[in-house]
Amino acid sequence: MSVVEVTGLSKRYQTLTAVDGLNLSVEAGEIVAVVGPDGAGKTSLFRALCGLIAFDTGSAVVAGMDVRTDMERIKPLLGYMPQNFSLYPDLSVEENLQFYGGLFGVPKDRYAALKERLYRFSGLAPFGGRRAGNLSGGMKQKLALSCALIHEPKVLVLDEPTTGVDPLSRRQFWDILLSLRRDGATIIVATPYMDEVALADRAVFMHLGRKLAEGTPEELRRRYRGRIFRLAVDPTAEQMTRLAGIEGAAPYRFGAEVHLYTPADMTADRVRERLAACGLTTPVEPIAAGLEDVFIQLMGAQ
Amino acid sequence: MGKVRWIIGKELRHILRDPRSLVIAIIMPIMMTLLYGYAINLDIKNIRLAVLDYDRTSASRDLAARFHHSAYFTRPLAEAALSDPEAALKRGDAHAVLIIQPGFAEALRDLAPYQLGLSLDGADANLSSAAAGYSNIIIRQFLADQLPDGATLPGVTLSQRVLYNPDLKSSHFFVPGLIAVILMMISALLTSITIAREKESGTMEQLLSAPVRSHQVILGKVIPYIGLALVDGILVLVIGVFHFGVPFAGSMALLTVFGLVYITAALSLGILISALVRTQQVAMMAALVVTVLPSVMLSGFIFDIKNMPPMLQAITYIVPARYFLLIIRGVMLKGSGLAVLWVQAATLIALTAVLLTAAAKRFKMKIG
Amino acid sequence: MDYAVTVDQLSKTFGTFTAVDHISLTVDYGEIFGFLGANGAGKTTAIRMLCGLLRPTSGTGTVNGFDVNRQYEKIKPSIGYMSQKFSLYGDLTGRENLRFYGAVYGLSNSRLKDRIAELTAMLELTEFIDRLTGPLPVGWRQRIALAAAIIHRPRIIFLDEPTGGVDPVFRRRFWEILYSLADEGVTLFVTTHYMDEAEFCRRISIMHQGKIVVMGPPRQLVAAHGLPNLQETFIHLIAERPVDG
Repeated sequence: MSVVEVTGLSKRYQTLTAVDGLNLSVEAGEIVAVVGPDGAGKTSLFRALCGLIAFDTGSAVVAGMDVRTDMERIKPLLGYMPQNFSLYPDLSVEENLQFYGGLFGVPKDRYAALKERLYRFSGLAPFGGRRAGNLSGGMKQKLALSCALIHEPKVLVLDEPTTGVDPLSRRQFWDILLSLRRDGATIIVATPYMDEVALADRAVFMHLGRKLAEGTPEELRRRYRGRIFRLAVDPTAEQMTRLAGIEGAAPYRFGAEVHLYTPADMTADRVRERLAACGLTTPVEPIAAGLEDVFIQLMGAQ
Repeated sequence: MGKVRWIIGKELRHILRDPRSLVIAIIMPIMMTLLYGYAINLDIKNIRLAVLDYDRTSASRDLAARFHHSAYFTRPLAEAALSDPEAALKRGDAHAVLIIQPGFAEALRDLAPYQLGLSLDGADANLSSAAAGYSNIIIRQFLADQLPDGATLPGVTLSQRVLYNPDLKSSHFFVPGLIAVILMMISALLTSITIAREKESGTMEQLLSAPVRSHQVILGKVIPYIGLALVDGILVLVIGVFHFGVPFAGSMALLTVFGLVYITAALSLGILISALVRTQQVAMMAALVVTVLPSVMLSGFIFDIKNMPPMLQAITYIVPARYFLLIIRGVMLKGSGLAVLWVQAATLIALTAVLLTAAAKRFKMKIG
Repeated sequence: MDYAVTVDQLSKTFGTFTAVDHISLTVDYGEIFGFLGANGAGKTTAIRMLCGLLRPTSGTGTVNGFDVNRQYEKIKPSIGYMSQKFSLYGDLTGRENLRFYGAVYGLSNSRLKDRIAELTAMLELTEFIDRLTGPLPVGWRQRIALAAAIIHRPRIIFLDEPTGGVDPVFRRRFWEILYSLADEGVTLFVTTHYMDEAEFCRRISIMHQGKIVVMGPPRQLVAAHGLPNLQETFIHLIAERPVDG
């Protein structure tokens, strides 16, 4: 059963088309990761789902109700986290939570229980009295998530919640998301981190307001056309110039090694041959394409 | 109402935790009242007055003494010469010359027509008109003491201003005007800033994703500032009445009711501004230009509307402070009631209704 | 031997809070050094001290041979600094921003013109250099900010989360540019939360609660802890210790 159904959604700002006839269907209880460059239309899509902007054409239905006409009934079901930190920096952690609990009409006893649970989730308990503005980046995002969760929403719409957050805090953040999904929540989340995309049930790649690709992380990885070889070469400028001479292959530096991107019909032996022809003898190891490779390839094809 | 209560609570915390808003809300009104009360005192004193007494009677000497014993006039640097009355003015020894022609004492006794002469240094228009005004009062009081009740001498006119301000103190005019300006400033400026701040920092986006309706957001934002404005109004009133001795002749209840109507107009303007701008800075500039400046310049607070060019006069009709100023001056200084002030009251109510409707219409529950 | 950056027991306290707690490190010229850590670990404070923007509470250090305690005014013109906020003027075009920063660093008009042309070509900015920077996508603003940071050809560049909010295509291209700068002998001192980018660095340090916990080549650190990748290693190293909000 789909919880979010977006059909032919378009949103224009003067000359710019932010969302361009987008279709998106999200099933109950799944995590969908949305990936796209700046200006892909992710934020406009999310805001449209939360009734924060009016869109031009198409429809968006959440839990069977139309966003255009039934927003007041949808809002209690939705938990939204905007891209930028949007809690009150001069209010304490607890005051922010209380405020949103109050706005969503959470009963007092229920609020107390939820607060305890969210504090346990987020590790925010010791900072309940601290002003939100004085939290570290990771803690701020956990507080924002807690505020979005205080009314136990069925659908979470999270706009790049982990941008600028360190790997440990990101891991903890996703642990929370995964446990929410186990409890039946549906989550739409934008992220620039491919390791997070790999944790999602499905991913949508977006570009210029349209869908570039969609599928499970595994399906998307399989969409890569071509092969990638890892070369144990010290990537000095000189070596890179030499590698650039190999026909039909593109070398990229990855720290202490080089990744060679080639067409699909290339084999490890042929790579070795060509390297030898350039006077290079190094171990060559084929590696699987990552989500980032797929994304870059799809973007490049545009 | 539960949700409005939450927003009010949040808003009060913002106000209490932001030292800048507390300065604007509490310190500034007190400062302004004291400034207008003391430093920007428009009372002109120490006008150098020369008296040319051709009458040389005890009556004429009494009149001259009356002038020089008042706080407004002092003696000239050099006495005027009987041969050339204007010379003292030319040299700057005197600002004004009072000329008492022979026959003053007889005219007093016989209640006959009589003309006193007053030559003024017109170079300082304010000073000369003040001198003329004060002279009229002093002469009138002198005559009232000398003559039986009801008798006046022809040729003596009194300015309107003096009627209701027998002490000639400018604080009596400024304090009611100041209340009008400060209420506008607190209500319009702070409300427009608070909404613009939520837009600018992005908190509005989170707020609007919650199930709140626009009237709840507006009420929650506006009620704390109504309270703040009332506190400020009372603060200025108390300083004015008890410190500067401004009279309060009329009904406090009537003033409170129209104070609230006026505050509503100001808040509507504030919301209207914030609905049209995106940043606190622009909101503040817009609020200053659209609300505070007109309340100071075009309300009759400092400059007399009758003396403005016709175009500016036309604009004053849509300045809420214009009407509130007449109401508050009427209530405080003259003790007027609705019987006198109903035109201003009705206009203010109509204007407020228009602004409130416009504000409610323009305030959108969308962010883009 | 000449080092681009040397730091010995450098500390910074704000009241009772110790933001940077006796850190020591050295960075070679031409090295890409990854300066990692959790949010609030003290990275930005440390970088500000190295850039001469903040006085250390104690400890010593040199940047480009200049003393961080005494010669901080000399440090500033000799380095480039690009912060996570990309300090560009949004209402100026890219070219106007570059002219402004060039003038601040005292470049003559003719040299500035040549340098802007050079950077425009190198960073592929031709299409965007004459547009207002405010409305540009983050990826392009980031490149113009980099151009502004290197307009005076500094030998050391400090990059504080330069790729936050930038998509993979831009990030990969950005790192190619950083590599080519390193090839020219420029030192890059980078903070990032992307662990794949951290693996691009020759050496990294991981900071936690003001202290440097480990330092070394990323491969070596991963191998030493027997974990599959740098991300897991980072999480392992930091999660062991109590987290402060």
